[in-house]
Amino acid sequence: MIRIANGQGFWGDWLEAPVRLVNGGPLDYLTLDYLAEVTMSILQKQRKADPNLGYARDFPPLVARIARQIRDQGIRLIANAGGVNPIACAREVRRLAPGLRVAVVLGDDLMDHLDELMAGGHELRNIDTGEPLAGVRSAVQSANAYIGAFPLAEALRTGANIVITGRCADAALALAPMIHEFGWTPNDWNLLAAGVIAGHVIECGAQATGGNCHADWQSTPDFAHIGYPIIEADSGGTMAIAKHENTGGRVTLATVKEQLVYEIGDPRRYMTPDVIADFTSIQLQDDGPDRVRITGAEGRPRPDTLKVSLSYHYGWKATGTLVYSAPDALAKARVADDVVRQRLADLGLQFEKIHTEFFGVNACHGHLAPRVAEPAEVQLRIGVRDRQKAPVERFTRELIPLVLSGPPTATGYGEGRPPVREIVAYWPTLVRREMVRTRVEVVE
Amino acid sequence: MKIPLSQMAHARSGDKGDISNVGVIALLPEYYPVLVREVTAERVKAHFGPLVKGTVTRYELPNLAALNFVMEQALDGGGTISLRTDAQGKTHGAALLTLEIEVSADELAID
Repeated sequence: MIRIANGQGFWGDWLEAPVRLVNGGPLDYLTLDYLAEVTMSILQKQRKADPNLGYARDFPPLVARIARQIRDQGIRLIANAGGVNPIACAREVRRLAPGLRVAVVLGDDLMDHLDELMAGGHELRNIDTGEPLAGVRSAVQSANAYIGAFPLAEALRTGANIVITGRCADAALALAPMIHEFGWTPNDWNLLAAGVIAGHVIECGAQATGGNCHADWQSTPDFAHIGYPIIEADSGGTMAIAKHENTGGRVTLATVKEQLVYEIGDPRRYMTPDVIADFTSIQLQDDGPDRVRITGAEGRPRPDTLKVSLSYHYGWKATGTLVYSAPDALAKARVADDVVRQRLADLGLQFEKIHTEFFGVNACHGHLAPRVAEPAEVQLRIGVRDRQKAPVERFTRELIPLVLSGPPTATGYGEGRPPVREIVAYWPTLVRREMVRTRVEVVE
Repeated sequence: MKIPLSQMAHARSGDKGDISNVGVIALLPEYYPVLVREVTAERVKAHFGPLVKGTVTRYELPNLAALNFVMEQALDGGGTISLRTDAQGKTHGAALLTLEIEVSADELAID
């Protein structure tokens, strides 16, 4: 049996979580997931500005904090912290934690191969819209294939204490140690499916241990010290989800089920680079306090394609807010919204979209929100977006004047004009898997 | 009688681009057949109204006593494009739990 924990569900997750995991009890592997869908474009820009950047900058200092535990307890670290520059990330880790061996997995970055792929007949059509990439080719900022667990397992075979990857399937971080330890092969579909499903349960960190869990949330113990999830995996494909003793949160059927259905499509066909997992095949069992067992996983052969996520420049947006107090807070905010829209129209400005929310009334649930009789205050929140920057820029100057020239009691404008933000959009596509060649390098 | 779905289920929601998916899980396994009967893709689509512009597809997970709703064009373009506060559909699960369903006293009383 091996214990695999996840200490980071996204870049920005609780900094203390990985430290608490290496101090909180037995552990064999610690995985850290840093890459959200559009993170790569931000990192691509950072690398353009400085060739030594382009990775998750929180990661090397974290390794320095836990280097002693990694060495003393033999915990191995697997993280997709490499972003678009895994080698630079590895060098920084070596600089801050010189005693540790680092292996990197390369090959997910397709940015330099796009034109070659397109010339070879790959249209790189958007999975969601069906459009070919050609229309936005010149705006592409990053392109990365989701690689599977086998290249990561190969990196573990080098004996490295730390494996750093760029883009990989989230669940691959947890599956790789199982492949490495148990000798699973690409044809062990049911075993791989078991690992992928367990990996999916822990990939969002504390969302498996009571975080963001609806079921009787008021009784969730000690959110402040919530334990992050641990897989206890055996070579036969039985997985237990657990957490360290004396931590907050909980592991129950409800917390595990909520995470199982999180961000999935067809549950019979959960696509990964290594296997197609069937979420309807598994059985869950309450296995004692803070322990849920997963058995019976079934999988089918991996797809012939790999998912690729591209990011591209889309346009510009800005969102501004004003607060109105009672009495008539909502009525005042509605009039103010009309005034802003009228002034934008008078200026002849056109936008792809203008979106208004009345915070405290309908921002999250729209028409489904419960009626509020007389809110004490309402925040007017207006957002605009367009392909052109100029109208968005002009919009940012149209909200604050209402403090003096609109309905009474406008306040809460302390941060001044809202910033104009670039919209970098996401373009999911597929490539034949043989077009992606991975390799492992040990960074000395 | 009419009850809100929240009396029989809990939920979690999230995003993939402009797609929002809501997993709805029976609070007791015995409630699952009621969910299958009452919480159809059509009713979910109607419930979300203007919030979801595309189709809603329902998948069943009887082993978890859960349903998964995949809602397309549900996030004003999704991720970074969306102007909504809830650009990732994080609160869609809670919104779906306000759906009113028709159940008998017997169905609710199982415990």
